[in-house]
Amino acid sequence: MERTVSDRVFFHRLKINTRTRVMVFLCLAAVYLLGIFFWGLFMPERAFEVNYTDKLLPPGAGHLFGTDFMGRDMLLRSVKGLSVSMVIAFLAAGVGSVIALAAGVAAAVLGGRVDGFVNWCVDLCMGIPHLVLLILISFMLGRGERGVTAAVALTHWPELTRVVRSEVLGVRSSQYVLAAYKMGKSRLSVAWNHVIPHVLPVYVTGVILLFPHAIMHEASITFLGFGLPADKPAIGVILSESMKYIASGNWWLALFPGIMLLTAIMLFDAIGENLKKLWNPDNGNE
Amino acid sequence: MGHNRGEDKKKEPVLTVEELSVSFSMYRRGLKKENLEVLHKLSLSVQAGEILAVAGSSGSGKSILAHAILGILPGNACMEGRMLYQGKFFDAKEKAKLRGKEIAFIPQSVDYLDPLMRIGKQVTGIRGTRERQRELFRKYGLDEDAEKKYPYELSGGMARRVLIASALMNEAQLIVADEPTPGLDLGMAREALKDFRELADQGCAVLLITHDLDLAVRVADRVAVFYAGTVVETAPSGDFLAGRDALRHPYSKALWDALPQHEFKPVSGTQPYAGSLPEGCLFQDRCAQRSGLCGGYIPMRSLRGGEVRCIHAK
Amino acid sequence: MQSETGKGMALEARHISFRYRKQKDWILKDVSLTVEPGERVGLTGPSGCGKSTLAKILAGYEEPLEGEVLLDGSLLPKKGYCPVQMIYQHPEQAVNPRWRMEKILCEGWIPDEKLLEDMGIEREWLRRWPSELSGGELQRFCIARVLGPRTRFLICDEISTMLDVITQAQIWQKVLELARKQRLGMLVVTHNMALAEKVCTRILSIHDCSLTSINGGIAG
Repeated sequence: MERTVSDRVFFHRLKINTRTRVMVFLCLAAVYLLGIFFWGLFMPERAFEVNYTDKLLPPGAGHLFGTDFMGRDMLLRSVKGLSVSMVIAFLAAGVGSVIALAAGVAAAVLGGRVDGFVNWCVDLCMGIPHLVLLILISFMLGRGERGVTAAVALTHWPELTRVVRSEVLGVRSSQYVLAAYKMGKSRLSVAWNHVIPHVLPVYVTGVILLFPHAIMHEASITFLGFGLPADKPAIGVILSESMKYIASGNWWLALFPGIMLLTAIMLFDAIGENLKKLWNPDNGNE
Repeated sequence: MGHNRGEDKKKEPVLTVEELSVSFSMYRRGLKKENLEVLHKLSLSVQAGEILAVAGSSGSGKSILAHAILGILPGNACMEGRMLYQGKFFDAKEKAKLRGKEIAFIPQSVDYLDPLMRIGKQVTGIRGTRERQRELFRKYGLDEDAEKKYPYELSGGMARRVLIASALMNEAQLIVADEPTPGLDLGMAREALKDFRELADQGCAVLLITHDLDLAVRVADRVAVFYAGTVVETAPSGDFLAGRDALRHPYSKALWDALPQHEFKPVSGTQPYAGSLPEGCLFQDRCAQRSGLCGGYIPMRSLRGGEVRCIHAK
Repeated sequence: MQSETGKGMALEARHISFRYRKQKDWILKDVSLTVEPGERVGLTGPSGCGKSTLAKILAGYEEPLEGEVLLDGSLLPKKGYCPVQMIYQHPEQAVNPRWRMEKILCEGWIPDEKLLEDMGIEREWLRRWPSELSGGELQRFCIARVLGPRTRFLICDEISTMLDVITQAQIWQKVLELARKQRLGMLVVTHNMALAEKVCTRILSIHDCSLTSINGGIAG
């Protein structure tokens, strides 16, 4: 018999399969982000101290990202700034996700008035433009580190609350959970064996996907002057300072810190999206 | 009734599938990958004005056949073999071009509809007209109310009718229907199948994929019996009505025996899993006529006006 | 009262009425039905007629708006193992996709080797995930997991509609055999008259929210 080979779908041409690729990517991304985080966290103040002899140097061997108008090394300043942003984002995402988990689960399990109230709060928060809400809260709490952290924490729970609520509702009304109750399982046992394993992956990816938003928003309000004070090496401060120098041709002051911020945000986003894919039992084979 | 009205036309198959094999690369434990062949050297053809029913058990790869014909297999699939549409070579590019126009697909469930779009708008689509949609809705007993609904608001039966209606929006030459009857009661199922008959009588080629052998036999011209990823017998539907002796393959006979209106006696065993198929005949483990020759290559051969993949069939 | 009528141990629906929302039409109106142990009652009717709703009410998945469901003369238990168990049309929705088959099978009770063999469940399937089994194979698990000694009534809602005829016949032959052995009472919802006639001891049909009896079915 003649065998004609045609119409092939050459999806296996990639030598490494998708799952391995995703794992390698996840590890590299995590190493990069954690690297910046710890490097910045333990960086002494004098690493980017003022040095007027090296004022406004373009990028070169001595200073990879160049220096600013006070002669501070931009690479080290950016790393420190990003690290500060991450600390705030971790704090904020941590608080926000706990609020989201509690509110979402309460809404789904208790239903009725609680559900109505949680949904009302979610709608309220999502109805106000996000940046305006951030500025308001930060301003009310006297700006600074405390103001920014509170603002970012208090404005990032609504989306995740919705996700948690709908996931819990979905799994609670699924046939296998109803059947479990009929087989004499207690609420605790159903929660532990069915509900948590279903909601947890969605929740964790939700939290990871919160980070880029939190970092971005912290940088935004700091940039606008409602966040961290100007003496802090925050990425928002760096970017807003650089605006004054762009016109005079000191492009590196905005470009490199900007790229670092974007890279960090996109990596967090990609980690979240990939984990989502990896944990979904339906497309685990693709 | 009205079978074979397309006979005055030249009997050229609208779709020919030759020795089609489809395999998937799957993850086993951890990061290891494995190739799993789900369709094996499958051959069939459908002519204009004809309904070919593809009947077989769940998990035998029937839906994959439909997806392969339409070129909508997932990314981890690999396809071998040949497909001809109207006598021409039929590759992924052609498929994408003809899909939704000359080739209509009626999927298995409402999950294929956009959950956020109202039914009326969705059925009309990009190329259809409002009038045609209204006409089809009237024909399938869907009222004006249904137009304004969202997919999740439809009952099983209504959903099926919506899917059929949306497939018929454009002038289709080939209709691939994947399990259009479950969820419908007997009356509705007969109604739906009658619509397919009508379409075939107008000159369409219909590939009706179903596990409801009993209903399929009533409307189809020929029935392809599907087992473990390949076609084991193609027979005129009359043979299924005539009784088990008119059938050729032992598996077809087993199907006949298992119908509740006949013996309701099942053959023992289960369909082999795609990863651990026996060499040669795929049905041999459950077959009473098994002999040493069943382990070799079994070609499809013509027999009594049909085709069979069994060396013992007489 | 039970002893007076001599009925005693039975699953009974008394004057049940049901609709999903206040504004909607009644789906069931004043429906009464008794299923005795060892009896297999077929329930047929056009789609959307309320067959499945009645099945859910009898299994305790829905509360009737009027009327009550009694088991041996008292209301169905709200907690603990329910002696009335239901098997669904779509087995893939009735199992947790994140559990291995072994865990799914043993959720309600630990079936013995013999039952697994009877139901045609192969040992090797126990280590698999639900997405790695076909509908027919999953349905065997869904049936086996509710055939424990504490189950006395089975509500089967179109359990073989999605299966091919051989699997359908295999599963039904086994279910009938085991049901006879354990003297289970069954309510069989199906649109397939031929199947109802082969499986049930009597057949009812729902029309306009109420039940009518149809001749047919086999002797118990």
